[in-house]
Amino acid sequence: MSSTNEPDSTTVAEPDSDTVTAAEPEPNTVIITDPNLIGSETVYPFGPTAEPEAPMASAAVYPASEPTRWRYLDQIRTRPGPFTNPEAFDGKTVAENMEKMKVLVIGAGGLGCELLKNLAMSGFKNIHVIDMDTIDISNLNRQFLFRESDVGKSKAEVAAAFVERRVKGVKITPHNCKIQDFDEDFYMQFQIVVCGLDSIEARRWINATLVNMVDEEVEDSYKPLIDGGTEGFKGQTRVVLPTVTSCIECQLDMHAPRAAVPLCTLASIPRQPEHCVEWAHVIAWDQEKPFPQLDKDDPEHITWLYQKALARAEEFNIAGVTYALTQGVVKNIIPAIAATNSVIAAACCNEALKIASGCAPYLGFPDNNYMMYSGNDSIYTYTFNHERKADCPVCGTRAREITVDPSWTLKELVESFATRPEAQLKKPSVRAEGKTLYMQSPPSLEEQTRPNLEKTLTELGLAEGQEIGVTDPAFATVSFKFKLKFGQA
Amino acid sequence: MTEIVMSQTPPILHGPSEKERKYDRQLRLWAASGQAALESANILLVNSGAGTVGVETLKNLVLPGIGRFAIYDDAKVEEADLGVNFFLDSDSLGRSRSQSQTGFLLELNPEVEGAGYPNEDIKSLESLLADSPLFTLIMYTHPTSEEYLSLLESYGQQHKTPLVAIHSAGFYSYFQINLPGAFPIVDTHPDETATTDLRLLTPWPELSAFAKELANDIDNLSDFEHGHLPYVVILLHYLEKWKADHNGSYPSSYKEKTEFRRLVQGAARTNNAEGGEENFDEAAAAVLKTLTIPSLPSGLKEVFEYQHTDPVEQRSSFWLIADAIKQFYEKHQCLPLPGKVPDMKAQSKVYIQLQNIYKAKARQDGAEIVQTVKAAAGDDHQVDPAEVELFCKNAAFVKLINATGGKISRADRLREVAAQEFANDEMAEMTLSPLSLLPIYLALQPTARVASATADEIVAQIAKLVPGADKNERVVQAAQEVARAEGGELHNIAALTGGMVAQETIKIITKQYVPIDNTCIFDGIHSRAQILRL
Repeated sequence: MSSTNEPDSTTVAEPDSDTVTAAEPEPNTVIITDPNLIGSETVYPFGPTAEPEAPMASAAVYPASEPTRWRYLDQIRTRPGPFTNPEAFDGKTVAENMEKMKVLVIGAGGLGCELLKNLAMSGFKNIHVIDMDTIDISNLNRQFLFRESDVGKSKAEVAAAFVERRVKGVKITPHNCKIQDFDEDFYMQFQIVVCGLDSIEARRWINATLVNMVDEEVEDSYKPLIDGGTEGFKGQTRVVLPTVTSCIECQLDMHAPRAAVPLCTLASIPRQPEHCVEWAHVIAWDQEKPFPQLDKDDPEHITWLYQKALARAEEFNIAGVTYALTQGVVKNIIPAIAATNSVIAAACCNEALKIASGCAPYLGFPDNNYMMYSGNDSIYTYTFNHERKADCPVCGTRAREITVDPSWTLKELVESFATRPEAQLKKPSVRAEGKTLYMQSPPSLEEQTRPNLEKTLTELGLAEGQEIGVTDPAFATVSFKFKLKFGQA
Repeated sequence: MTEIVMSQTPPILHGPSEKERKYDRQLRLWAASGQAALESANILLVNSGAGTVGVETLKNLVLPGIGRFAIYDDAKVEEADLGVNFFLDSDSLGRSRSQSQTGFLLELNPEVEGAGYPNEDIKSLESLLADSPLFTLIMYTHPTSEEYLSLLESYGQQHKTPLVAIHSAGFYSYFQINLPGAFPIVDTHPDETATTDLRLLTPWPELSAFAKELANDIDNLSDFEHGHLPYVVILLHYLEKWKADHNGSYPSSYKEKTEFRRLVQGAARTNNAEGGEENFDEAAAAVLKTLTIPSLPSGLKEVFEYQHTDPVEQRSSFWLIADAIKQFYEKHQCLPLPGKVPDMKAQSKVYIQLQNIYKAKARQDGAEIVQTVKAAAGDDHQVDPAEVELFCKNAAFVKLINATGGKISRADRLREVAAQEFANDEMAEMTLSPLSLLPIYLALQPTARVASATADEIVAQIAKLVPGADKNERVVQAAQEVARAEGGELHNIAALTGGMVAQETIKIITKQYVPIDNTCIFDGIHSRAQILRL
């Protein structure tokens, strides 16, 4: 799933001392109710009570269909090893259960191609894949299920057909559309969801949807979400057990948005080649409107921006504006290679196999739900526990405290939601104590509430400690709760 | 409509070629120079065992466009291959595994050449090694026979070819890179934020003069000018002031620096709408980071202290430049200036002037290096000034991999590392550090020549490698886990390992970024890796 820009991921954050804890057992995890993942009697298979048991390498293998072909896989998934929790593992039923499971892959791009291959090679037989994108030539350096002759075709359809052809016996259903086109009934049919997405927004949407679907009474409503992301030689894999472990929204501050260049820098004091490109993109394009609408994939449009940027750079004696830089800035291109996607997608599918079979402990239970990977300087992985946040707007119960300046106008507050690392809401509507302060839509309500934007928080009667509710069209089902704290923001 | 559009749009100046478009996302990582290196690479995979990890590695090298590859694999495709290897299908059954895999790999990128062996003409690994164009790098997957291993090792020694051993079994894997001698890297791609080197405590005359000119009358500057002084100028100005009040010395202790930071912050004008000035905020934020005299970075120190054993190596351009930089450092007590100025609030013209002052100094330092290199190299040896420039820019981040090879035997080193790792594990609970993955490496050793072994056999073999390790509970568990796999691969672990090996191979071929030194162990049960020098 991707928009016009093309990375295989969001940016990878560095370990954040506020949100990262060392891998110590957390007392809460022992008393978790048994969200059902696989079969009728299974619980999260790796409980803290699991002690390393005597080896059972000589234990019987329980193949399902085609025993010779899946020999290597069955040796591992149907037999316990020293780290398997024997109470949550029944080798006899593993292969059969996995053949019945439905797995959803979101994204058929750099990670998605790898995910489909890996899941098919891990013994899953029924896979769905969603992607609204078509194949571009710049995908071919890593999206290995696509050929030059596929350029312009649906990613989901080409990828699904390829893997079905190569791996006999697997069924892959493509959906050439947006994840938002489906409702909870659709997502309810899957046992595991694996994401290879390039946008934070899509991740937040599916995360919120899966968390909202949890019904404590219905064991089948807990859908583990496995998420991968890459950038250059770096990447991350994380497992979300909705309402049990920290969710994507709890981890949002690890993916801080890129700081925007102030408009006045672009308009009057550019210093970097990027400033010249942004000027061409944001200011010159709007003034001159050379084409009815900017198409970031049209080389002619990029060339226009490039030449504008180049002329501006020459005017200010700034070096370094190139076509590639122009394209990179305008499309927010994130470098991507096959090798890194291979690492991260395989790490995701490894977790899917462990969750589905119970043959080994997996990320997220009882701890260590997040693996960071960096290959820039040697290889470094950091596998840690990202703690759930009680004030998470999606899976938490408490309102999240935000520091605001009481002399701010409502407009300033509304705009601040876009840039706050812990909010990142672009079109927020705000309510307080049942009163609507500002609504982005419908237009009539927007018009009615617009005058409030110029009033200060104090004038609007907002007090310290007050809770406000924020909604955003990107997250139809969620109301983000914030608690105001007055101070210098 | 089209015509109007055409007439509005000037011709494409430097639009990307078809190939640049295809490789755009990777050219942003290793540029045209890295791509050229990849395209001239010739990689050999000697494949055996379940045979997936090597092919997954090649997939990640064919896609970005290595020049050519060869696979040597004498197995015929069996049913079990189809359950783990994606680059085979049911039509491949009974056929040569290397040739079937080669066919599917070549589909990934029409620009890559490849061949599978043995074939009609070349039957043995020995003749493949003898008859092929020089291999840039060789990978082999365990279990490997003694015979193949000794062939590859002697080829590696003779041609100075890097060798990569790969072993993937069940949830575990490791790979080990054997480089033919010390391997220096200049283009290490350090984090942007780490590369700032402004020399605020050792300004040269042009820089001081520039700061003085701009800030001399700081209190009488217009609000606009004051609010647009680059933070470099602000800091230089207040450092002079500080020196005047402190017997000519700079703020050096943490306490002094925080005091200096308050001085800078306090100098911002606050009688404006924002209640402060962004450039002064930037200046205050930069105090602790920029007001230090950098010590010699450990990577470069290793380069400076390296003892040559090979006179040919010593005359290579890397070592000639390194030696010139060492002389520069000894003479000036600092490295050549990298010359990069981070973005900061400033008027365009002023910022460009400042940038030019840094660039001019960097060029001057570079010219001195070039002179030294020329004098040492003599007339018959040409050193590319662009190489000197890159070295000067990256001097603080230059790395030497495999610097201390060969002093003790492999077996002894393994025992040394094992003692260290097990001692660390004893403390792990207190230090909250992750447990060693060495047990996984040890447990995989006994199946490096034979396909599989029982847990007891594995433990007994480990005791021979590292006496006493068989008593370690984690070693025993790892042995049990390896035994469970019976020499079989899990596709995910093979793909993951193949991704890591491909990354490392790209780093070695392009001489960009920093490769591991020298063994990477992966634990698929707990999803983490560890690098050890073994």
